Amino acid sequence: MSALLSVTDAHVAYGKVEAVRSVGLDVGENEIVTIVGANGAGKTTLLSAIMGILPLKGRVAFAGQDLARLDIEDRVAMGLGLVPEHRELFVTMNVEDNLELGAFRIERSRAKASIERIYTLFPRLKERRKQLAGTLSGGEQQMLAMGRALMGEPKLLMLDEPSLGLAPIIVADIFRIVTELRASGVSVLLVEQNAQAALKIADQAYVMELGEFVLSGKASDIAANERVAASYLGFQHEGASV
Amino acid sequence: MNTTIMLFLVQDGITNGAIYALLGLALVLVFAVTRVILIPQGEFVTYGALTYASLASGQMPGTAKLALAMGIVACGFDLFAARKTLHGRLILRSVLANVVLPAIVLALTINLAAQKPPVAVCIALSLVIVAMIGLYLYRIAFQPLAHTSVLVLLIASVGTHLALQGLGLLFFGAEGQRGPAVLSGAFTAGSLRFTGQSLTVYGITIAFIVGLWLFFGLTLYGKALRATAVNRLGARLAGIRTTLSGQIAFLLASVIGALSGIMIVPITTLYYDSGFLIGLKGFVAAIIGGLVSYPLTAVAALFVGIVEAFSSFYASNYKEVIVFMLLIPVLLLRSLAAPAVEEEKD
Repeated sequence: MSALLSVTDAHVAYGKVEAVRSVGLDVGENEIVTIVGANGAGKTTLLSAIMGILPLKGRVAFAGQDLARLDIEDRVAMGLGLVPEHRELFVTMNVEDNLELGAFRIERSRAKASIERIYTLFPRLKERRKQLAGTLSGGEQQMLAMGRALMGEPKLLMLDEPSLGLAPIIVADIFRIVTELRASGVSVLLVEQNAQAALKIADQAYVMELGEFVLSGKASDIAANERVAASYLGFQHEGASV
Repeated sequence: MNTTIMLFLVQDGITNGAIYALLGLALVLVFAVTRVILIPQGEFVTYGALTYASLASGQMPGTAKLALAMGIVACGFDLFAARKTLHGRLILRSVLANVVLPAIVLALTINLAAQKPPVAVCIALSLVIVAMIGLYLYRIAFQPLAHTSVLVLLIASVGTHLALQGLGLLFFGAEGQRGPAVLSGAFTAGSLRFTGQSLTVYGITIAFIVGLWLFFGLTLYGKALRATAVNRLGARLAGIRTTLSGQIAFLLASVIGALSGIMIVPITTLYYDSGFLIGLKGFVAAIIGGLVSYPLTAVAALFVGIVEAFSSFYASNYKEVIVFMLLIPVLLLRSLAAPAVEEEKD
């Protein structure tokens, strides 16, 4: 069976500086794939390019279709979702409006049902439904960003550093929800600096350094790799940032 | 000054201020959604007013032809932009919206103009014609530049203003025109006299403000517009096309502009270039509102209208100078209060 998302020989550049070089990756259905690596390795850049925010040289196919000529909005309509690192919420609008807009392209009747599902997944959001997104705590904003992306009924959800700056108890909650997503049929491409937590829940993993994948394989094998353990699971690899 | 004169000036100021409020709100809306400072807003006012006046006097307005010409260009832009992924439905949709629709409106206008249609028909036709011009203007001049800086968009805005003003001279001539009152009659309350036209202005302004409030607060498209204004990338990630938001913003702005013109033209003689100055007063209100706050803009517009009325009583030669001088203390205060902000990246 072909992969849900397939990236082949991808290059992404900021002007003349190439931030991602010759990268290839596959995400299958019902699979959590993680990309781990130090700050500045090119992980966020790669996700942005897959989503169409940055131009990408190479091939990206989703559900068998080449994404080259599609805008961000078309990719969303196809079932690709991104929760970016900075969350990009509508901060002056309330939680419910943020969620409702996540289902902008979905039929109204289905959107109503989806919102209840999101409230079951994130009960905290239900309590805060009339609160402005900008006044939520960091963890709640992360939940709202994930909730908004899920309202669009993605087949593949890309999460960029969902644990960044959050309390450990909330991080655990978010990682638990990511595994629940897989169980409900949503594939996840997870970019994380918290390699330990990411490798624990992922099926496949890629290790990124200076814009290239230096290792890939089963997440459990990667977690057992000495080099990875030294660089990412024990302490940060010095000089890895660009 | 006695109380009667003061009340009269306040009444006059509120009538003008109501129009500036509508224009100011449209400017804030367009800027928030597209980052375009809409200088051609004044041309929407003139086009609406003079199209209405022309139709009411049995003349064929050139704006109907302009709408068709712009529609054909917009269709060309659509097809060129999608040339590598063209399919039948897209072509059909573009031709219908950009060519067939303005062609039908042009045919209707040619047919009806000769018969001096009733006021309601003149208003409806004028609004449709200017709305189409607004929509196609966005497609031709601003959508291709959507990702550029505010400065580039401002330059495009100045360019389109000059082009539309020149075309206005071509269509309507250098002579001023007046249109028939939407609502005739008048009544007196104490020392104040309310004409049907000024009541129409109040009524339509209030209806529009309430309508916009409901649209932004309750409808999905209204919320999508607000979302685009708050966070463009966030909106795109939610599947909201920024071009769709831009189209809705321009559509609303052009309808508001045309409606304002239709409300003014029975009160004041309007020339092909009168709209610019009227639009600028809406702009003063929008700047006082910081180009973001709708309620502050509406209140500021009423203030601008009242200041204008009083200055035309005391120093009519300096009327415009006094109104535009309001900007200086506001900008000074804002520059002191707000830290320098770098332009938002898309």
